[in-house]
Amino acid sequence: MNIIVDGSYFIAAILFILGLKQMSSPVTARRGIIWAGVGMVLATIITYLHQDIHHNYFWMTLAIAIGGTIAWITGKKVAMTDMPQMIALYNGMGGGAAAAIAAVVLIQNDSSHGVTHQALAVLGALIGAISFSGSMIAFAKLQGIMWKVYRFKNQQWINLAVFLTTIMIGLHLSFSGADYSMGLLVFFFVLALAFGIMMTIPIGGADMPVVISLYNAFTGLAVGFEGYVLANPAMMIAGIVVGSAGTLLTQLMAKAMNRPITNVLFSNFGEGGTGDAEAVTGSMKEIEASDVAVMMAFAEKVIIIPGYGMAVAQAQHKVWEMTKLLQERGVTVKFAIHPVAGRMPGHMNVLLAEAGVPYDIIYDLDEINEEFATADVSLVIGANDVVNPAARTDTNSPIYGMPILNADYAKNTIVIKRGKGTGFSGIENQLFFADNTRMLYGDGAVATNELISGIKEL
Amino acid sequence: MEGFIALYIFMLAAFTGYEIISKVPVILHTPLMSGSNFVHGIVLVGAMVVMGNAETGIQTFVGFIAVILAAGNAVGGYVVTERMLEMFKSSRGKK
Repeated sequence: MNIIVDGSYFIAAILFILGLKQMSSPVTARRGIIWAGVGMVLATIITYLHQDIHHNYFWMTLAIAIGGTIAWITGKKVAMTDMPQMIALYNGMGGGAAAAIAAVVLIQNDSSHGVTHQALAVLGALIGAISFSGSMIAFAKLQGIMWKVYRFKNQQWINLAVFLTTIMIGLHLSFSGADYSMGLLVFFFVLALAFGIMMTIPIGGADMPVVISLYNAFTGLAVGFEGYVLANPAMMIAGIVVGSAGTLLTQLMAKAMNRPITNVLFSNFGEGGTGDAEAVTGSMKEIEASDVAVMMAFAEKVIIIPGYGMAVAQAQHKVWEMTKLLQERGVTVKFAIHPVAGRMPGHMNVLLAEAGVPYDIIYDLDEINEEFATADVSLVIGANDVVNPAARTDTNSPIYGMPILNADYAKNTIVIKRGKGTGFSGIENQLFFADNTRMLYGDGAVATNELISGIKEL
Repeated sequence: MEGFIALYIFMLAAFTGYEIISKVPVILHTPLMSGSNFVHGIVLVGAMVVMGNAETGIQTFVGFIAVILAAGNAVGGYVVTERMLEMFKSSRGKK
């Protein structure tokens, strides 16, 4: 019996690692998730035979059915554009599960396992709870339920105080043997959950992808630690693999934005600058869709820069339709993707792939930034911060130093934008006021549609 | 479990995770984050063990919540990852 369970966990762990490995190449990615899925199903079914499970089989199955069904329906229904917040949501659930496991272990309060056991249970509880509440806030922000960025005076000191108090209680829970009350345990979880919320509410805008990735790594670690507590190698391996992979991914993202991870977490976007940002000069100049259509149809090279606005408007299909029309007219069309365009790295790639845009005309920042100087038109669709020239020049700007797409180096820049306001980060964009920039106001899909009919009429 | 064996497992797993991610094209960052999000859905196994081992009503209840959350993580993580990667397949087919 034991051998079956342990052997299955071993096979599941191998399938997870091989699955993730295959997911790191586009050719084998799809097979990778299926392998990992097989591992998960195997491990779950075999767990019914686990020697530590004595009862509650019915309720356990019911709980799996409830959680699984809700997740299945929401996961199937959600639009591609809303993927990032769904990842945040499911990730938060995993963190919550790890914290709940820790809670049961700590309620049982069996000190015979020793200090390491207790300390890792507490650590997993802390990280899992932070990941849970933090991910829920990230979900709410991306879903648009909670737009506001909450900041107040001395926020970081208050956060620090809460964090240190949580740590102190955690140490007490870890090292006092069985000597703690239920009240203290509850207080510990309340503080940990509160810290997750407080840590996330001041973070906004372009930093959200990094935060989601960080919480993904957190959940992995929490699962790994609880795996130790439950003496479950499959959880230990899978959890720590995700914890380390997620940490590296978080660093890659933070690096792409040229913002150290500590800045993302502790210096709020919009407060990074030491003084007032340079005043923006000039005015925004509007243009008609038909004029843009002419401009692009007779251009040699057009570079399209998609951003979150394209995702919101679900304009990716229209954009590809327009691209094909331009290609038929002999225009070279390329897509330039900023690493943090949208709400997650690769977010735009996923959307363009959905619309059917082939890989070989989609370029990363490093590959294409030289080419803007030779482009006739750079078309910005719903992107903002990633093309803001202030990042190059204005040392006072909160985004100073972030690599940007040099959309302003093209002969003409067209910006499709819903309104005159600032973007998600709330920073004015000098590009919109530049001499060779024209604004095409409107929803991304509607505006692109106008461009399509404009090109067709020529 | 022996402390040092656990430490070895943690260390090797950490290297494995690092190695897997270090050569990934940007294009796959989101699906991979989603995929790793699915993999830590293995927490479901732990949640089931804890629930099957619960001694009191409150423990059973917390375990019940844990299983619901963990199942959501595993199933939701799989569905969204699969949907994303499916699109990559179709786009390659057209090329």
